Amino acid sequence: MSSLINILLQGVLLGALYALFAMGQSLVFGVMRLTNTAHGDFIVLLVFVLFVLTSWAHIPLWAAVPLLIAIAFGAGYAVQYTVLNRVSGRDPLPSLVVTFGLSIVIQNVLQEVFSADPRSLATGGFESMSIALPGGIALGLLPLLTLAVTVAATLGLQWLFGHTPLGRAFRATSDDREIVQLMGVSPRRTFALAMSIAFVLIALAATLYAMRTAVSPSDGPALLLYAFEAVIIGGMGSFWGTFLGGIALGIAQQAGFYFDPGWGIWLGHVLFLALLTVRPQGLLPKTA
Amino acid sequence: MNVMNVSKRRFEIRRATRASRVAVFVLLIVAALVASFPYWAGRDTLRDFTQIAAYLVFAMMWNLLAGYGGLVSIGQQVYFGIGGYAMLVLANYGGVSPFVAVPIAGAIAVLIAVPVSLVAFRLEGGYFAIGTWVIAEVVRLTVANVSWLGGGSGTSLTALQDVPRSLRESLTLWLALAIVAASIGLLYGFLRSKRGLALTAMRDNAVAANSQGVDVKRARLGVYLVSAGGAALAGGLYFVGNLRISPDAAFSVNWTAFAIFIVMIGGLGTLEGPIIGTLIFFLLNKFLSDFGTWYLIGLGTLAIVVTMFFPQGLWGYVSRRFGLQLFPVGRRVVFLDTGPSVSPAPKESADSADPLHAAP
Amino acid sequence: MPVILETHGLTAFYGDFQALFGIDLTVNRGEVIALIGSNGAGKSTFLKALAALLRAPAQQIVYKGEPVGGMAAARIVGKGIALVPEGRRLFASLSVEENLMLGAYCSRPGRWSLDTVYALFPVLKKRRHHPATALSGGQQQMVALGRALMSNPELLMCDELSLGLAPVIVREIYAALPSIVADGMSAIVVEQDVQLARRVSKRFYCFQEGRVSLSGASAEVSDEAITQAYFGAVS
Repeated sequence: MSSLINILLQGVLLGALYALFAMGQSLVFGVMRLTNTAHGDFIVLLVFVLFVLTSWAHIPLWAAVPLLIAIAFGAGYAVQYTVLNRVSGRDPLPSLVVTFGLSIVIQNVLQEVFSADPRSLATGGFESMSIALPGGIALGLLPLLTLAVTVAATLGLQWLFGHTPLGRAFRATSDDREIVQLMGVSPRRTFALAMSIAFVLIALAATLYAMRTAVSPSDGPALLLYAFEAVIIGGMGSFWGTFLGGIALGIAQQAGFYFDPGWGIWLGHVLFLALLTVRPQGLLPKTA
Repeated sequence: MNVMNVSKRRFEIRRATRASRVAVFVLLIVAALVASFPYWAGRDTLRDFTQIAAYLVFAMMWNLLAGYGGLVSIGQQVYFGIGGYAMLVLANYGGVSPFVAVPIAGAIAVLIAVPVSLVAFRLEGGYFAIGTWVIAEVVRLTVANVSWLGGGSGTSLTALQDVPRSLRESLTLWLALAIVAASIGLLYGFLRSKRGLALTAMRDNAVAANSQGVDVKRARLGVYLVSAGGAALAGGLYFVGNLRISPDAAFSVNWTAFAIFIVMIGGLGTLEGPIIGTLIFFLLNKFLSDFGTWYLIGLGTLAIVVTMFFPQGLWGYVSRRFGLQLFPVGRRVVFLDTGPSVSPAPKESADSADPLHAAP
Repeated sequence: MPVILETHGLTAFYGDFQALFGIDLTVNRGEVIALIGSNGAGKSTFLKALAALLRAPAQQIVYKGEPVGGMAAARIVGKGIALVPEGRRLFASLSVEENLMLGAYCSRPGRWSLDTVYALFPVLKKRRHHPATALSGGQQQMVALGRALMSNPELLMCDELSLGLAPVIVREIYAALPSIVADGMSAIVVEQDVQLARRVSKRFYCFQEGRVSLSGASAEVSDEAITQAYFGAVS
């Protein structure tokens, strides 16, 4: 019984990280219908930027993270404004090919500069600290922090979209990008801003991911798939849905790992396909 | 403005262009040349052609799916791998000759594609693309965990062990040629037909096509199945030539990546696009792949640039500029007398402004 | 200056297709002018060009003495020009109130706010939290009109307010027009219903195949003159 609870708890904590991976993608797809196949690679890219800041520039972690977030915000704006705005439209092919190309470029540039070896971030032991619960269950502090960050991000996004002028502008631009200009909203700038926020989420995810495991340049595609699965399982158009989707995926993978290390990720994929077959609209679909 | 009464001019509806007639002639000569390779060409040439054939057929199938079916998939490699593994199982354990096993593997892939499509078609657009990738990953992980298929490190095609090497290589080459010829021929015939026209309509505007009586769902399924079968042929062929298979090689997303690059260079939705794209890609591959990561960086950058600035592909751009069409699937009106041509008035003023591309 | 808007030989294209062939039009401050004409005559195209949804050369549109052709569409509302687009085009993901609030995104000063819009159309207040597209056609038109008013424009452009609406609803909406323009707002009203257009406007322009075929004072022109200009000369 305690192993069942352990699977659930560890699954939730793992899933929180997946949900954070997915938040940025949920936002971007919701606002501009963009499928970013380089999403996972952007996470990995920001991980390596963090490495550069901490190892090469010797900036302490507590200062490097805010700096990373600032860099991410600017980079996201630039990437969307210059490259992706040209391909954000109803036809999925151009955005898919361009982001696919970006994915290849990012992976190989990173490999060229940093070699293919996995690296991890030094956190001074934080990553191994945990709270001990009865029944031999240990809840890591880092995963708990991840859960807290993910919940905060979800709340933040929900508030942004539901109760602020910018959020209204986001929703309106995704509904009708021609007419929204009549209200003074520039679709180009709005999309770029959405991507900047997504990149901030990616930066947070990258930081927590790097503190948890060793990262190598080719990790991107796997992260993309987890993010994507979390969005679909949860239901498109809802941030809480994405949160739940990530949790569900985490639990499925954790259950799989329990049976055999080789089947963990496989079970996650299978859960995704099963849900897609049985309930394609996801767990918490947005109505209309 | 003096408007010519068009209906009074004599005209004809033609299919072929002069360039296309030349192209068909050239292709027949090339095919005959390739068929004669085993008698005089070196081993490397034979291997190269088999590889080119696999890339080409896979790219043509991806082009069919995306360019004509309107379905962009990053997971077609699943059928490439299924083709390879099915061929291997039939040959190693079923006693079937690998050369016969390849077409059978194609049929098996089509059968598998039916239930897969039920799941995959739940998604649309960009998410359909990634969903197909997930499916490919599931199959890859499953196969990697099956030990009698060799598990993660793969296994070898033993059925051809007793065949003398030169015979094996000749047969492989002729199989490759046959598959390429059949694929091109069938696709060309299909696209010229009524159903092919329906596909083009569907790609351009599914709702409008539907209202004209095109059964969009069935057409999409048909394209998906054909594409799966063709991909499996390519996969079976590749591993007959390679003699060794592993899940990572068979189900790698790189196959689709290469197909995308080929089609982007060559131009989406044309028949000659993948052919030209494959040749260029193969040449690049041969001479530059030693540069490893830089080669891939270049390829990725090329794909980005071409998509952004030449959405019709490099060949598409050339063919439009110079009016070249090697495999014309449409019909043109050709006026038999030479009359004055009316050109549109030069644009000087208000223009429809796309909110994303307008001047800030 | 009495003139708030002038167009000089305004042309417009959809790709290679020319829709407007040189429109000269003037709107004076505080005036309501009507654009009439059959379908495809270019009336909506004209309003779109003014709203910069279609690009035009700078000097072809002059607003308050400033050439504004070619300006980015998102900057036009800040200048004081608001368009109520044809077919309402409300944002489906937003509620009635959110649609109205979005209208105030550019925050220009003036008397129009949520309170004043609700005072003009009380039924909207009752349904303020409903999804905007769940309302009836007439109510949606009120939301679209209110949304444009929230930007406190000096020039209001209305593209076929009556489209798809029952006559009694149309009357109700147009009944609000005098109070809207009472404080000096100028307006361009595009209407298919010629008599309605003449009733609400001081001057009119008749469009026919991308050109102005007739213009004048709404109260004075004869019915035959309008019919001729509307349909074009029989060839």
